[in-house]
Amino acid sequence: MIVYIIKRIGMMIPTLIIISMVSFVIIQLPPGDYLTSYAANLRQEGDMVDTDELEMLAERYGLGQPIYVQYWKWVSGIILRGDWGQSMEWRKPVKDLIWERMALTVFLSLISILVSWFVAIPVGVFSATHQYSMPDYLFSALSFIGAGTPGFMIALVIMWIAMRQFGLNVGGLFSREYMVEPWSLAKFVDLMKHVWMPVVVIALGSTAGSIRTTRANVLDELQRPYVETARAKGLRERKLIWKYPVRVAMNPFFSTVGWTLASLISGQTLVAVVLSLQTTGPMMLRALTSQDMYLAGSFLLLLSTLTVLGTLISDILLAWVDPRIRMGS
Amino acid sequence: MTDTPEDTRPSDYEELHAISDIPEDYPAPVESEEVLEAAADAATEVGAEEERLYVASQWQLTWWKFRKHRMALVGGAILIVFYLIALFCEFVAPYDPAAFFAQYKLAPPTAIHIVDSEGALRAPFVYGRIRDRDPETLAYIYDDDTSDIHRIKFFVHGTPYKMWGLREMDLHLFGIDAPREEQSILVFGTDRLGRDIFSRLCYGGRISLSIGLVGVSLSLFLGVFLGGVSGYYGGRVDTIIQRVIEFIRTMPSIPLWMALSAALPPDWPVIRVYFGITVILSLIGWTGMARVVRGRFLALREEDFVLAARLCGAGEVRIILRHMVPSFLSYIIASVTLSIPRTILGETGLSFIGLGLRAPAISWGVLLQEAQNVRSLAQAPWVFVPAVAIVLTVFAFNFLGDGLRDAADPYAR
Repeated sequence: MIVYIIKRIGMMIPTLIIISMVSFVIIQLPPGDYLTSYAANLRQEGDMVDTDELEMLAERYGLGQPIYVQYWKWVSGIILRGDWGQSMEWRKPVKDLIWERMALTVFLSLISILVSWFVAIPVGVFSATHQYSMPDYLFSALSFIGAGTPGFMIALVIMWIAMRQFGLNVGGLFSREYMVEPWSLAKFVDLMKHVWMPVVVIALGSTAGSIRTTRANVLDELQRPYVETARAKGLRERKLIWKYPVRVAMNPFFSTVGWTLASLISGQTLVAVVLSLQTTGPMMLRALTSQDMYLAGSFLLLLSTLTVLGTLISDILLAWVDPRIRMGS
Repeated sequence: MTDTPEDTRPSDYEELHAISDIPEDYPAPVESEEVLEAAADAATEVGAEEERLYVASQWQLTWWKFRKHRMALVGGAILIVFYLIALFCEFVAPYDPAAFFAQYKLAPPTAIHIVDSEGALRAPFVYGRIRDRDPETLAYIYDDDTSDIHRIKFFVHGTPYKMWGLREMDLHLFGIDAPREEQSILVFGTDRLGRDIFSRLCYGGRISLSIGLVGVSLSLFLGVFLGGVSGYYGGRVDTIIQRVIEFIRTMPSIPLWMALSAALPPDWPVIRVYFGITVILSLIGWTGMARVVRGRFLALREEDFVLAARLCGAGEVRIILRHMVPSFLSYIIASVTLSIPRTILGETGLSFIGLGLRAPAISWGVLLQEAQNVRSLAQAPWVFVPAVAIVLTVFAFNFLGDGLRDAADPYAR
């Protein structure tokens, strides 16, 4: 097992290197030089352009030099000094901007996964044990709608209903007064008050998918002879179902949690923009439109790394569950 | 597929006939005559039914199976209607999508009546509109003028347009018997600038629906070509292609799409942005297709009929095109159908957040930008109609794809 994990991590490194290159190249694609627009930006705001500062930045990030030099300066800065570059728009180091957003993104995704399991597993099991009943049809229809409707539209509809019925403007993760506050217990409580709505929207799509998977898996398991045997031996139905078929049917869930996490992180980008959450999505969108290349590039790199990590977790869990994978070539 | 040998008739066919040869002295059960007759009848019936199945071509089998999936048929019908509207949007849309109705800003949809104020039944008509201002909020309010009745007519002459950019025409599917300056029929209301949402929806469908088809054709081409090469030749080529696919799939799709479309120069004309977005969307889409194709190729390569064809001296190209492709074409069609909505949603999402197509262009995503502000949504819920069109399209494609996927393997029970 340990050998497998080490091997798998070894395979991850070249992927990460290529991802960092691709992120950098994509961010470099828009025409125009970052430094020129930075200077223009400063002038526009009526600030004095500090030529020394510009030169220092140019030197530090290799601007104006061939792209591989710039790439090397960027990547080595990240690895050696934890320096992710400078945000032109915010006029702050990127590293001061991204971590809180990344943490909130991961936090939201984790809660969404938990919520979707919490809902999907009982509903899926119920649907399977009451196959072709009215509630089963109802849940199937609902999960079909949930899986087909894009999250950002659901977000819009929920916002609209909240606006219309309660006159509430339900965007964001924090109340206005906590927006720029440092973290405290009160701010956390405030976050928990706001977090339910985005979580419902983000979790909806994956809940719908999970209900269908649970239902199909449990249905498969219910036909197995061991269920019949347990029933023949007089095991109570409730205990029988939750102890055996459900546990087997849950396996794919835990082993694919990494992929689910990755797709949630990618999928919630648009939801976050609509709901103006303080997560990566809206900031990355702004960075992209204003060509704030180090900020956008760092997000692209970090989100991709998260996806790779998610896949790693899934692969390890799969190998742990299924000996054929870890023993195979 | 069709050359099922004669001797694969149901085995009980022979047996049933053999029963009649039972010697006389065999202790026959009571009522044996009747039972036997009934059984023989049933057998011939089943025989005829199965006979029909045996001689049917694969396409017939697929169609029969598909027909049973009612939701798929509904989905297919919806899509045919939507694509026809998109194809003939100039004709279906009553007005010019870019023209403003200065007197109707954020006007609600025109109600279509068949019963007039005196309770008499008549052909579909609309009332004339009067605009007023709410004395408190100063917002416009629209009222019906029940004395001013306009009949809805079909095939009317109205706003001139150029059909497919080729021919000057002014025939529209429907309209009312009044010039557009005086009265109008606004099926889904108007937007903030007073443009007819229904007309814009028809024109937007042309871009949004076609981007799905164009994008998927592109990923289909890449996917079939690279997946086929990968699956047919195997070895090192396969490894390289698989690594590339794995790599592309590890990049988170939406942030990647956002970054790539932000790199499209803002001064590009609409048509180039359109193709740029299409290419970006299919950059990820082809990997799924390539996997399906490769999987089928790997499975089919070992099949007896491929070996037989090879032993008969058929060339590689002939084996692939004549024998392998027909047997997995249905899988490809199903997987294409299921990936079209993903492309459509990709375009919609990108345009919605302002990274895809931009304002003078009309796509469903661009139309949805109107709904971005909750306040305008609360004030005029009809600006959300494009979302309904998108969701309907996605569902229709999903149902159709589900049905096709089930039908793709007509031999499975």
